[in-house]
Amino acid sequence: CMTNCPTLIVMVGLPARGKTYISKKLTRYLNWIGVPTKEFNVGQYRRDLVKKYKSFEFFLPDNEEGLKIRKQCALAALNDVRQYLSEENGHVAVFDATNTTRERRETIYKFGEENGYKTFFVESVCVDPEVIAANIVQVKLGSPDYVDCSNDEATEDFMKRIECYKNSYETLDETLDKDLSYIKIMDVGRSYLVNRVMDHIQSRIVYYLMNIHVTPRSIYLCRHGESELNLKGRIGGDPGLSVRGKEFAKSLAQFINEQNIKDLKVWTSQMKRTIQTAEALGVPYEQWKVLNEIDAGVCEEMTYEEIQENYPLEFALRDQDKYRYRYPKGESYEDLVQRLEPVIMELERQENVLVICHQAVMRCLLAYFLDKPAEQLPYLKCPLHTVLKLTPVAYGCKVESIFLNVEAVNTHRDKPENVDISRPTEEALVTVPAHQ
Amino acid sequence: YMTNSPTLIVMIGLPARGKTYMSKKLTRYLNWIGVPTKGGGVWGHPCPGLGLLPGNALTPSSLVCEVFNLGVYRREAVKSYKSYDFFRHDNKEAMEIRKRCALVALEDVKSYLLEECGQIAVRSSALKIDLHQGSSKLSGALRGLIWGWGLTVFFVESVCDDPEVIAANILEVKVSSPDYPERHRENVMDDFLKRIECYKVTYQPLDPDANDKDLSFIKVINVGQRFLVNRVRDYIQSKIVYYLMNIHVQPRTIYLCRHGESEANLAGRIGGDSGLSARGKQFSQALKKFIEEQEIVDLKVWTSQLKRTIQTAESLGVLYEQWKILNEIDAGVCEEMTYAEIEAKYPEEFAMRDQEKYLYRYPGGESYQDLVQRLEPVIMELERQGNVLVISHQAVMRCLLAYFLDKSADELPYLRCPLHTILKLTPVAYGCKVETITLNVEAVNTHRDKPSPKSV
Repeated sequence: CMTNCPTLIVMVGLPARGKTYISKKLTRYLNWIGVPTKEFNVGQYRRDLVKKYKSFEFFLPDNEEGLKIRKQCALAALNDVRQYLSEENGHVAVFDATNTTRERRETIYKFGEENGYKTFFVESVCVDPEVIAANIVQVKLGSPDYVDCSNDEATEDFMKRIECYKNSYETLDETLDKDLSYIKIMDVGRSYLVNRVMDHIQSRIVYYLMNIHVTPRSIYLCRHGESELNLKGRIGGDPGLSVRGKEFAKSLAQFINEQNIKDLKVWTSQMKRTIQTAEALGVPYEQWKVLNEIDAGVCEEMTYEEIQENYPLEFALRDQDKYRYRYPKGESYEDLVQRLEPVIMELERQENVLVICHQAVMRCLLAYFLDKPAEQLPYLKCPLHTVLKLTPVAYGCKVESIFLNVEAVNTHRDKPENVDISRPTEEALVTVPAHQ
Repeated sequence: YMTNSPTLIVMIGLPARGKTYMSKKLTRYLNWIGVPTKGGGVWGHPCPGLGLLPGNALTPSSLVCEVFNLGVYRREAVKSYKSYDFFRHDNKEAMEIRKRCALVALEDVKSYLLEECGQIAVRSSALKIDLHQGSSKLSGALRGLIWGWGLTVFFVESVCDDPEVIAANILEVKVSSPDYPERHRENVMDDFLKRIECYKVTYQPLDPDANDKDLSFIKVINVGQRFLVNRVRDYIQSKIVYYLMNIHVQPRTIYLCRHGESEANLAGRIGGDSGLSARGKQFSQALKKFIEEQEIVDLKVWTSQLKRTIQTAESLGVLYEQWKILNEIDAGVCEEMTYAEIEAKYPEEFAMRDQEKYLYRYPGGESYQDLVQRLEPVIMELERQGNVLVISHQAVMRCLLAYFLDKSADELPYLRCPLHTILKLTPVAYGCKVETITLNVEAVNTHRDKPSPKSV
């Protein structure tokens, strides 16, 4: 995208309304699609400054000492925001704090204006006591603030902490705040109020926030069963499953049955090997062309040895920057991420899903869920015949790796030590896994 | 759980709030991204990943989305419109007529969705037409009728209190309405404003905090300044919301053209990544001059990532953005071949493509349908932007043009997009004005019509 001014996203809401959850998730999404983003949690600044949290009394509206420290923390965080956006090439900063008064938001807005940032507010409003209680259990009880307390003590203190904010809380108002750009999220996404979306990135942010949910569910990622080309060490192509690949498909069917998953959706690519794998499950499945394996262009169906022989320069360049490297007439991992974005968006909307895809594709999806940066993404381990079960928990994702006990070749090629374009053949091929 | 019940979109709002504008635009967009296909998963469902709407398998030529405009039904029933008195809420006779029209329309909607296998019906009417009471009763009655049919209902309400916007709407689309054949502007304006007043008496906007809190809807306020979105329940509703939040009504112009003639064009070869021919370079210069003469405010220029569009843009001497998704259709194994070579080497493929050019996918390549799916973000961003020049390729340009001019899947692959010709698109009323500008630099013709059926 063309240069636009940086964006400052400002979270708004009482404690335990999901602000940090949203900040972290949004940051992860924006980084994955290639927008450098960083979150700044003012609570964290407070913990760094005030070594030991004593009680909710710190947050009482008439606690002068408390107010002074909190303001100091907010300013320190804003200072870091400025450094990130204006000096470190960040595009988006997420300022995660309660920001519950108009006065505080005014200060931040001015700060944005002075520095040439576009400010976008994200407010989370929730009055459902069950949701709030659940949030407290999920993320507050384990907070460093409550490390020495029992759960009951922590909950009691936290509820009093929320009370400290309530009297001075000024929600974003349709009239008073009509010139601000914002989204107000009500009751964890039951409804939204969106005001004055100014540009492309704000429109994408709004779309993302409107598609995420917090209903518990699991996402299962795996590759197709071992294919005929896998056996020969060849990349790409559209081969069918090998004998062991077919065995895996059956094991997968059994595994899925045992997991007893409610309303499981199954997605595949439009290549034979994923379709054949899904067929064995005996359930309806959806085929997505965008889940097809990375297009290796002129190197399609070659072995790494053949690529080294025919295109040694390309092979070295790929090792130098595997994320951005684009096969001639093919794609890069970076291209793959862009074409997988609708899959991620739909995965966010859905609940229980099994995605049967390919090595490079699975690496991209995994990097999104586990917040892996571009340098690590192309080297994530996604072996054949192994299912990764991802379950959202607290601010992140729990991963369980389940190998389905059917042998397969290894298709993972680590980055070799020598990535120089003039390297000898043996050094280029030293990390190529064994094959027929 | 794979249920994909048909969707009924109900437009709500006082007259001159842009309901028909939004209905038509939304319908055009949904048909463009949702043209269905055979194939898909085990049950033959078209898939979101193909840029299609989840739903029942449909034949390629049927429309996914249709608009049922109550004003049209009313004009059928009451041959000549006299005045705003027809719309007074105490005009019993008129009320009966309007109620009957609404019921007829609903029957047509039902038949379209349930018998003709349409997927989405957009019902555009001012709220009051159906029942004497306000929106909550309407919604309740509609809901009752419709849930009985197994439909999903999504409401789109347009609320506007800016008198300038309303006046502009009236001038743009009401003055030329069949209701006002003599079109004397002041009279039209006067009558129409009184018509609006008739509705205001009983208009009850959707209320998410009370009566309407369980309905799925989007409230568009003041032409997109603000939105209230309530209970989006599925994929299609989420797409509709995203689309409505990205469109705007600011006047602007979109210019579509292809790269200058390329070396491959001269040799009659498809695809590849060749540079411009001498005439192609001439065209770039002519394009530069044309753009300068047009004196366009804040023009954005977009190209693909193939040499020929980039070289064309380079001559303009302005900033431009490269989009990989604007690359020409991938002809797979046929890349860089001439049509004669393709016919000789892959005669079956060649024939299949002529039979079903929209759905046909080159082996190892793409179909027009794939192209539409990958171009969707371009369309969305074009909707957000102001003045844009898109320098692309033949198949790509056909897809973009089909979106703006509401062309069907059958017509799309045969739209004429010659080299060295610019199409200038200007939104106007409910559609798009097109001007064709040839820049007077000769080029080969790359258009291949659908051959007439050969006898076996």
